[in-house]
Amino acid sequence: METVQVLLLAFVSIVIVNNLVFTKFLGICPYLGVSGRLDMAFGMGCAVTFVVTLAGIMTWMINNWVLATLHLEVMKYVCFILVIAGAVQLVEMYLRKFFPTLYESFGIFLPLITTNCAILGLCLFIDLWGIKSLLEATVLSFGAGIGFTMAICIMAGIRENLQLADVPDCLRGAPITLITAGLLTLAFMGFAGMIG
Amino acid sequence: MANNDGKTLSPGNVLLAGLWRENPVLRLLLGMCPTLAVTAAVKPALTMGCSVIFVLLCSNIVVSLMRNLLKPHLRILMFTLTIATFVTIADLFLKAFQPDMSEALGPYIPLIIVNCIIICRAEACASKNGLFISMIDAFGMGVGFTLTLCVLASIREVLATGMIFERPVLPVAGDSGGWFVPWAAMGMPIGAFVTLGLLLAGVNLITRRGKG
Repeated sequence: METVQVLLLAFVSIVIVNNLVFTKFLGICPYLGVSGRLDMAFGMGCAVTFVVTLAGIMTWMINNWVLATLHLEVMKYVCFILVIAGAVQLVEMYLRKFFPTLYESFGIFLPLITTNCAILGLCLFIDLWGIKSLLEATVLSFGAGIGFTMAICIMAGIRENLQLADVPDCLRGAPITLITAGLLTLAFMGFAGMIG
Repeated sequence: MANNDGKTLSPGNVLLAGLWRENPVLRLLLGMCPTLAVTAAVKPALTMGCSVIFVLLCSNIVVSLMRNLLKPHLRILMFTLTIATFVTIADLFLKAFQPDMSEALGPYIPLIIVNCIIICRAEACASKNGLFISMIDAFGMGVGFTLTLCVLASIREVLATGMIFERPVLPVAGDSGGWFVPWAAMGMPIGAFVTLGLLLAGVNLITRRGKG
């Protein structure tokens, strides 16, 4: 029962309280770039969730079982980025084979998941927080993906409405998106401190 | 990109492109994560900027030297591995000589690996041009990035604490009778987003004036 509670708390904290987009500024590029349409945003969120879960588990295993035992912590960053690039390649091949239409609609954004800071960021945070159990690392990675999907979907919904709004000329595009994102982070700050 | 649009590739032109015409943050909207995350104060912003200049310069030199050996489908992987190597060097250097800054910046130094600016310059400039132009380009882009970071950080630091570089510049309200009440929100995520948004709006305004 104890473990279930710990895992549940970890999940809620990474999705809402320590949301990577709102509190850690990770994954801002796709958050601002892709989130123009709700369906695209959701698809992107699912792809990122899959990659981040896979990458989180694999980097935890490599970091704790291989690099720590061989004292090769210097190689950490190179290994992490290789694992992520590999995982993205895997998703790309899978989608091209089984969901060709979805693959087409992603276009350039799919390989760009490699350079999504949310994924490398999460792997680094798991290492930084000193997570000791594989189960907790898995829950955190999955939760981070869900949190990212939630953030990007909220943003896409707002931006679909924003297209109808009368925005001053010089604020159009990126500036108004950034200010909207700022107001969203303010809303999510209300959850801060909910979980110690 | 500066190198494909038929303009003459004089070193000065390339340098200026990075500073203003193609400023990575203000014009190309690249590298937003570090821009937002480390600009709560000037000192971490400057440290971040210097690390990025170092990594950008080194990776552009290496990529430019091996540009004829690269296979097209493997090049992004090679870029990433080159960058990861230099980021490891920068990270270890900061840990050894600037432990406070390394602590404060946390995972954002290793996150330079996935900073779009560096991979974009490797792809757009270093893999097509000679060593000299690549170095100038890296330097211009890096300095442009650092300057933007410092401008953003100084606005936020002054408004959030009344200090720049941890030295007081505005008389903070309190026992000594200053008038400035610090805006706590400027040090928080919302300050980063809104300041950068308004900065971009200002740049848009200047550009439009120049055209009209």
